[in-house]
Amino acid sequence: MKIIVCIKQVPSTNEVKLDPETKTIIRDGRQSVINPFDTYAMEEAVRLKEKLGGTVCALSMGIPAVERLLREAMSRGVDSALLLSDRAFAGADTLATAYTLSLGVRHLGDFDLILCGRMAIDGDTAQIGPELAEDLGIPQVTNVTAILEARKGELLCAKATDQGTQQVRVKLPALLTVAKDINMPRMASIRGVKQSLQAPLEVLSAADVQADPQRIGLKGSPTQVVRTFTPEKTVECVWLEGDTAQQAGQLAKVLLEKTQRGEDAAWQA
Amino acid sequence: MAGMTVDKDKCVGCGLCASTCPQNAISLAGGKAAISEECVACGLCLDACRLGAIRRESGQRQQGLEQYRGILVFAEQHQGHLEDVTLELLCKAKELQRDLDCKICAVVPGRQGSHLAQTLIGHGADTVYVCPAEELDEPLEQQAADLVEQAIRRFQPEIVLFGATELGRSLAPRVAARLHTGLTADCTVLEIDREKRLLQQTRPAFGGNLMATIVCPDHRPQMATVRPGVFAKGEPEARQGEVEALPAPACQPAIQLVANQIAQRSAGIADAPVIVAVGKGIGSQKNIQYAQQLADRLGGQVGASRPLVDAGWAQYSMQVGQTGHTVAPKLYIACGISGAIQHLAGMAGAQTVVAINTDPDAPIFRVAHYAVVGDCVEVLKQLLAQLPEAPVPGGNI
Repeated sequence: MKIIVCIKQVPSTNEVKLDPETKTIIRDGRQSVINPFDTYAMEEAVRLKEKLGGTVCALSMGIPAVERLLREAMSRGVDSALLLSDRAFAGADTLATAYTLSLGVRHLGDFDLILCGRMAIDGDTAQIGPELAEDLGIPQVTNVTAILEARKGELLCAKATDQGTQQVRVKLPALLTVAKDINMPRMASIRGVKQSLQAPLEVLSAADVQADPQRIGLKGSPTQVVRTFTPEKTVECVWLEGDTAQQAGQLAKVLLEKTQRGEDAAWQA
Repeated sequence: MAGMTVDKDKCVGCGLCASTCPQNAISLAGGKAAISEECVACGLCLDACRLGAIRRESGQRQQGLEQYRGILVFAEQHQGHLEDVTLELLCKAKELQRDLDCKICAVVPGRQGSHLAQTLIGHGADTVYVCPAEELDEPLEQQAADLVEQAIRRFQPEIVLFGATELGRSLAPRVAARLHTGLTADCTVLEIDREKRLLQQTRPAFGGNLMATIVCPDHRPQMATVRPGVFAKGEPEARQGEVEALPAPACQPAIQLVANQIAQRSAGIADAPVIVAVGKGIGSQKNIQYAQQLADRLGGQVGASRPLVDAGWAQYSMQVGQTGHTVAPKLYIACGISGAIQHLAGMAGAQTVVAINTDPDAPIFRVAHYAVVGDCVEVLKQLLAQLPEAPVPGGNI
């Protein structure tokens, strides 16, 4: 089985703090990591490979530094990696990103399965998987919690819905986005780290994958951010003073009042 | 980077743009701003630059944009029941309609569609597209995408709205990619820029304390998803509308629904009158018991912030926020929660907010009615000592 797993670089911390005086962002040397949701996709890909044979290739679009994360992926069982890196890709929204990734997939040739994380922790859109599936004209199953059966040309997946769970049978090639309860990702082994240094990693530019310049990067992105702002404070706040016991005492009164239990006779007992 | 360019003649190297950039992508090289490929084209530097020295490149404009008029709402139904978010979207569509002077349509998949059409019309739809095909009763994304595409080609709406449900979040991007248009996920505000006749879509950005307003100026339709519970649900009116049947999409042999299990809705945080929510400041999984005791005494439920769920200390069903539950309790007690914007978006409907946190600058205090600066575990323990024991579990508010 030939599996492609999509990986995104995200900041390790999800918090952006603003300097209240200057309204600028306080940076504390944020590190980049593999999007945590993608590590489940990676693990599931490697498990399928171990069970059924085949290869796993990691695919990412990003700056050259993403190479470090792709090496990390290869220390955890991924066989090879393709990084699409070009200044022309920058500023891409989900539509342009999905198009770019689809070019990477086509470059890799025939495949059986694409696995993605359910979403990325920085953007939270969960749009890349379905958009990529549509660009490639293959079916998708999102929020997969288990692959129940895997046989040639077909998978039976369990997925979580808002109402409960579903079982969906899908013919390959297909794209799955996985939920985080699908597995427990492994740590890198020393052998894996050694192998990852030698493993094949290809870096391709927009020209290498024959990208349409009108469909990549900012030019290929229908959505534009026109304004970013900090939400203004609108509520009047009462700051409870004193030591912890005093604060708790005042708070207890507030809670009783708000839950209308102050007058409840049973409560006085 | 390709998207944002610096006009070297205008730039004086003041560095305002660099200090604003959340990606750390702007540096000063030879006294001029230089933008690296870390840039994600968020546009913050455009506003920061007082000299107009930074410009954004734009792409090609789609032909015939003016022909797109009106708002289409994807009506999500399961077992013949409309999801609340559909009615919330229709209510918002009616608001947008005042600025656009246009029609509102809804598209509803499945054989129950004609029964649901009157409800949709009552809530604002002028035309309801139905498609009474068995395979659409519980639609998979591909078939639903075919149906929505048909409705869009027929109606040519300028705006298409989906609930950010599991199905909506999977279906909407499929449609957007097919039509080569923009899609903004999890919007919390939708407004019309009347001058430009553009949908302004506001959502949390950078995973932090920023909101971003996003537009899709050169492509139609403009598409957005909205989380359930973010907008109000309007009252139905007695009004007339049309129902139009669309042909069933071709069947999709590649994918097949084998089983569909509906879980019992448990008494969760979604409907709780009181929520005691815990965040990283609770310190340990064991300490959550104090929040539980407080919730029991107040007749409420325990909620959790995303980091706690990510750490495995709390169930996903307890998660409050943009990617968890949107809640609107009478009383919300945030214990050790800093208040990332996604979290705030999930509890914005709370009537009274109490925040307990060690950091007086934590964003949670910006939305709090009562603030306690201190260690939430100590405050909870003291609080339990000072509150009377609840005689019966379960709330009376």
